[in-house]
Amino acid sequence: MPVSKEQLEEIALSRKEYNLIVQKLGREPTEVELGLFGSLWSEHCGYKHSKALLKLFPNKGKYVLIKPGEENAGVIDIGDGQVVGFKMESHNHPSYIEPYQGAATGVGGIVRDIFTMGLRPIALMNSLRFGPLSQPHNRYLFGGVVGGIGGYGNCLGIADVGGEIYFDDCYTGNPLVNAFCLGTGKAGELVRGRASGEGNLIMLVGADTGRDGLHGASGLASRTFEEVRELRSAVQVGNPFMEKLLIEACLELAKTDWIVGMQDCGAAGLTSATVEAADKGGSGMDIDVQKVPRREKGMTAYEVMLSESQERMIVIVKKGYEGKVRALFDRWELHSDIIGMVTSDRMVTIRDGGQVVAHAPVEILNTPPVYRFRPKRPAWLDGLQNLNLSKIKDIPSGQVGKILLKLLAAPNICSKHKVYRQYDHQVGDNTVVLPGSDAAVLRIQETPKAISMASDGNGRYCYVNPFLGGVIAVAEAARNTACSGARPMAITNCLNFGNPDKNDVYYQLQECIKGMSQACKKLKTPVISGNVSLYNETRGVAIFPTPVVGMVGLIKNVKHHCTSAFKHSGDIVFLLGNPGDDAGLGSSEYLELIHGKVEGSQQIDLEMEKQVQDCVIKAIERGLLNSAHDCSDGGLAVALAESCIQGGIGFSGNLNAKGRLDTALFGESQSRIIVSVSPGAARRLESLAFRFNVPVTRLGIVGGRQFSLKGHIDLPVSELHQAWWNGL
Amino acid sequence: MKFGIVVFPGTWSDRDCYYSISNILGQKAAYIWHKDTDLSGFDCIVLPGGFSYGDYLRTGAIARFSPVMEAVADYSQKGRPVIGICNGFQVLCEAHLLPGVLRQNDHLQYRCQWTYLKTINTSTTFTSKCQQDQVLKIPISHYEGRYYADADILKELEDTSRVVFRYATPSGQVTGEANPNGALNNIAGIISKQGNVLGMMPHPERSCEDILGSTDGNLIWESIIASI
Repeated sequence: MPVSKEQLEEIALSRKEYNLIVQKLGREPTEVELGLFGSLWSEHCGYKHSKALLKLFPNKGKYVLIKPGEENAGVIDIGDGQVVGFKMESHNHPSYIEPYQGAATGVGGIVRDIFTMGLRPIALMNSLRFGPLSQPHNRYLFGGVVGGIGGYGNCLGIADVGGEIYFDDCYTGNPLVNAFCLGTGKAGELVRGRASGEGNLIMLVGADTGRDGLHGASGLASRTFEEVRELRSAVQVGNPFMEKLLIEACLELAKTDWIVGMQDCGAAGLTSATVEAADKGGSGMDIDVQKVPRREKGMTAYEVMLSESQERMIVIVKKGYEGKVRALFDRWELHSDIIGMVTSDRMVTIRDGGQVVAHAPVEILNTPPVYRFRPKRPAWLDGLQNLNLSKIKDIPSGQVGKILLKLLAAPNICSKHKVYRQYDHQVGDNTVVLPGSDAAVLRIQETPKAISMASDGNGRYCYVNPFLGGVIAVAEAARNTACSGARPMAITNCLNFGNPDKNDVYYQLQECIKGMSQACKKLKTPVISGNVSLYNETRGVAIFPTPVVGMVGLIKNVKHHCTSAFKHSGDIVFLLGNPGDDAGLGSSEYLELIHGKVEGSQQIDLEMEKQVQDCVIKAIERGLLNSAHDCSDGGLAVALAESCIQGGIGFSGNLNAKGRLDTALFGESQSRIIVSVSPGAARRLESLAFRFNVPVTRLGIVGGRQFSLKGHIDLPVSELHQAWWNGL
Repeated sequence: MKFGIVVFPGTWSDRDCYYSISNILGQKAAYIWHKDTDLSGFDCIVLPGGFSYGDYLRTGAIARFSPVMEAVADYSQKGRPVIGICNGFQVLCEAHLLPGVLRQNDHLQYRCQWTYLKTINTSTTFTSKCQQDQVLKIPISHYEGRYYADADILKELEDTSRVVFRYATPSGQVTGEANPNGALNNIAGIISKQGNVLGMMPHPERSCEDILGSTDGNLIWESIIASI
């Protein structure tokens, strides 16, 4: 079959890749085969531009049970036979084209990755990036995405415990919608996405197959935006009720010994589900598309195999148990149909009734080319990383209050309650720390343990310094979980970048991954799952390189957890970590908001970072701290104000700033945590900090109704609260 | 005593009710599948929250036709206690076991937050352990929670002390600001004429432990337990 340029464009394969397919098969592929290759060799499924770099991530640890790429999500052991699995995934392009359904099906997809493994999903988080809300189209996208996340997630009964939202011009034509899901289960009950055992049956369960989502993986997720305007049909429509039934039915099934594996139909639908399951199981598959129940008549084999209709799973059923499995799904009023069987020939055979329409080796299908580049460091980074403070006026002392109020009301800092109150964050009876603190905390029922979750990723830092931005994304996410009292365990991530064929974008991707890897090694948090989203650009302009880190930590005893709110009048407030220097102003929120500049690299000392985190965790485990809050966006003044606002109580202290006032108040120097302790515990905290080699500075005292830093600010907490509460 | 927790397709509060009743209150509990009709052996029926049948039609409008609901109607006619929480309240209204309806929140958004309920009537099966006007901290999570009824029904409810809970401020003031969804008269929960069927939008099963932020929900469960 001679292939046309248009056909290749439709599935986003290059002529060179096509020739490679012909060479490997020893013949021209059939139409259906070409569709399979287009999906499996897409960036979204095949990671052909990122695979070589992803190998840099550390992924081993004595508690890591399932590493990246092995299964649908990574899994860690939290002791006593219990496991936690989690993963993050992007749904950026679909959410731009159809924000409600794009975001909704993003939630659906990540939730399936978790329960497919026999884990009960207990928490969701979202990491969102939009252009400024002053533009109506951005507001439309924002409203749609938040509506979609809530609309889908609330119906499932999975607590959505927050996440983060940032706004910047660079996301105007390309919002980011990353969903993070975590599930819990028992080590012995994990289900694998494997097809093995010749003669075992492949059952398709859940929704019928329609024409929605054709080319989602190859077309939508693997191109830049100006090309996808016409691809609305590539966005799927979600049915959360169906998903809820699937969750319950599949978790029930996971407890039986009737099956050998389960795999969800995500990107590239039946194609990736069957080929990946066969590959992992070292087997082959024989599928008849005529047996696939459909929503509409006249669908071709090609369409059935590439449909991304949601809420579908394949279950690999032990021969002889199909009746029991069907009865289970019938009880949940879900379809289940035998569509094929496992073979031992390592071939994928697709039939359309009597006719074989594809017959190709699993290994060739599932081994896309891996591209390696040696990017040059973009020359423009030098200018960007240099912060020339001589050109930036320091704050006149009388202006401090005004600037603090402005920062608190800034969309990137202000309260996001208007978003998360639309999500059910308490269902499941596990949520100990609600959205709004540094990290969410969920207890593990019937144990003293709790899980802490945080997501983080500062695109501005990465744009100015991709390597350090990557380091800081991991460090800050870990710091957030540490502030809740959790020991950071492992991460998942979503790497949102532009077109990797461009030198500068590939360089950013490479450096960010190197930086993240370094931080993960130092902080002992292996990468256990993740997702790469490339081609995030519109009209040739890429987004800020935005790696989002999803950190999971473990709290041994939930009684000893901590939040960012000040608690008691008379408590003493300390800063743990170095006081900060002028580099902290680099690419800060303050610099952009007040001076309109994005420049200057942040700095970080990972040794100090680790010591500060270890110190705060130990202090919380010993019950010394009444609050702990990461000092990040907006610096020290904003962090102190947030602890006051959340606690509904004042603070008074001194700022012993020797250098610039803006640095001291609003600089974002890393590795700093603000804590409060009762007066009786102050000495013990100081000696603990000394033992961990962590500098400790007394900042002031909790109490009253005013927020005051002597000589600089004296404002009622209610006024700060109002600015922060109503910012969005 | 033994609680029966009804599970419709799409119900999700069932597990939370089960956990709180068995692990926190130490009572027996069992799930009742929506197709089951035998309710003998249960001392109280719980219709939990969730999205029964996806709530794609009016909330609760399909669930009311489940076989179990006929049994629930019989059960309630015998004067035995039934509590409907959130979606369960909506189902009870659709099944005409309680008057009125739950409409979309006036701001047209889903709302999940802590609310403060003023206990208006403490002489019921569900509130005997509460003090008069006691404020209970119990969270809501719904899109359709705005209680509405015709003026004459509303008057009857008020005149016969069948409004059990109203949304209030933490100090017990019943104000417009404390009303999270636009419910008429700040109504958060009502009771049937016979006094044995309670419907409430807030989730008492979410407020049974200090670690989760409140134990006020226990007062409702303990009242039921004391009445049997």
